[in-house]
Amino acid sequence: MASEDSTVISLVEKASKGDRRSVGRLLTLVERGGSAAEQVAEVTHNLSDKSHVIGITGAPGAGKSTLTASLARDLATSEYKPAVLAVDPSSPLTGGAILGDRVRMEEASEAGAFIRSMATRGHAGGLALAVPGMVRVFDAFGFNPIIIETVGVGQVEVDVASAADTVVVVVTSGWGDAVQANKAGLLEIADLFVVNKADRPGASDARRDLELMIDLSQLTGQTIRRPEIVMTTATEGEGLDEFKKAISEHREFLFEEEQISVRRAKRWKAEVSSRLDYLISEIVKESIENLEEKEGSSPGSVAREIAKNLLKKDELR
Amino acid sequence: MNKKENSPIRVVLAKLGLDGHDRGLKVVARMLRDAGMEVVYLGLRQTTEMIVTAVEQEDADAVGISMHNAGHLTLAPRMVQALEDAGLDVPVVVGGIVPDSDLEAMAEAGVAGVLGPGASAEDVAKCVREAVATRGE
Repeated sequence: MASEDSTVISLVEKASKGDRRSVGRLLTLVERGGSAAEQVAEVTHNLSDKSHVIGITGAPGAGKSTLTASLARDLATSEYKPAVLAVDPSSPLTGGAILGDRVRMEEASEAGAFIRSMATRGHAGGLALAVPGMVRVFDAFGFNPIIIETVGVGQVEVDVASAADTVVVVVTSGWGDAVQANKAGLLEIADLFVVNKADRPGASDARRDLELMIDLSQLTGQTIRRPEIVMTTATEGEGLDEFKKAISEHREFLFEEEQISVRRAKRWKAEVSSRLDYLISEIVKESIENLEEKEGSSPGSVAREIAKNLLKKDELR
Repeated sequence: MNKKENSPIRVVLAKLGLDGHDRGLKVVARMLRDAGMEVVYLGLRQTTEMIVTAVEQEDADAVGISMHNAGHLTLAPRMVQALEDAGLDVPVVVGGIVPDSDLEAMAEAGVAGVLGPGASAEDVAKCVREAVATRGE
């Protein structure tokens, strides 16, 4: 423990002097979880909450990386110090992953953006714990804005992106009709829609479907601010200026209308909830490890008995 | 601060300079993924600086570079040197076409392992694992 302590402290010291490798190390500690991650969380907690967090999500191949890369490059070449956390799925079979986002982010990286690739690593809840912690590391060491890019497939991936200040959902033409649009929960979290590959047929239909869906959401009073829809052809660079403008307008809205504190309070609560889930699931794992089937006792009664004993527990790690 | 058992090895894979043969690199990426590693894929036309930046930001455990243009005697040592200059203790594994007569020179230059065209998926994973295990020695 003692050596871990001093390692974290010295990494934090170096990171606050601008050493990017120490930032990289701290991100790893948070990603791995455990006591070192807790320590990093304690240290960075009071240093953070200054940065604008942007979540970008959407179906595989919709163009998230290209949009993220372009945004990060532009920010890095102006007065900002952006960071990107690009999340890709791990193979469920082997636990390995191919993280290919840097290929598209070469220019952004050369312009000075800090890019970190991350695999989902399969463990349920792990991502929900690690991503907010990693965002806080970036925040604590002056990176702003912080862009989280996730594939909008798994619920956790959607959750981590939707915990951002500004949530961007990327769709393409032909992604589904208006009925699909209403079904898909992904679309309810958006502050901003991007219809990418707008040069393809069906893009204006996609836009119309989205408009209709937003109209309905407004009818039921679900939206405070009508999400904007931006048409882009990211590979050609078309619509990117509008995309960036829409993001900064949303940011202004958040700060001017004092929505930012509402978002952050919600995010804080969600993080407490995922931590609680994690702690409980660990205790559950432990208490059923050596459990053997007893004849005549139903699973429900055994579970209740264990829960009764657990609730008396007063120590937590 | 040892690696926890459950955290996968992270490898940065790239091709240095003007060498467009990336099929081998893609195959290796897949082999390492299937061996349970996390591959940060950089692809073609990378410079040693770009790779160093990636290693720092990704906190990678190893670098794999693929070479099919006979540049290995120049570029591989330069890669090892660039990492060393940056103060990074990260092994370099070279894959591609390296004649047997150059193996000694590669080892002398600090290259942790060389994988030729006949290497199996097991060979590739083992080579990277062993290279990572010798870190800090």
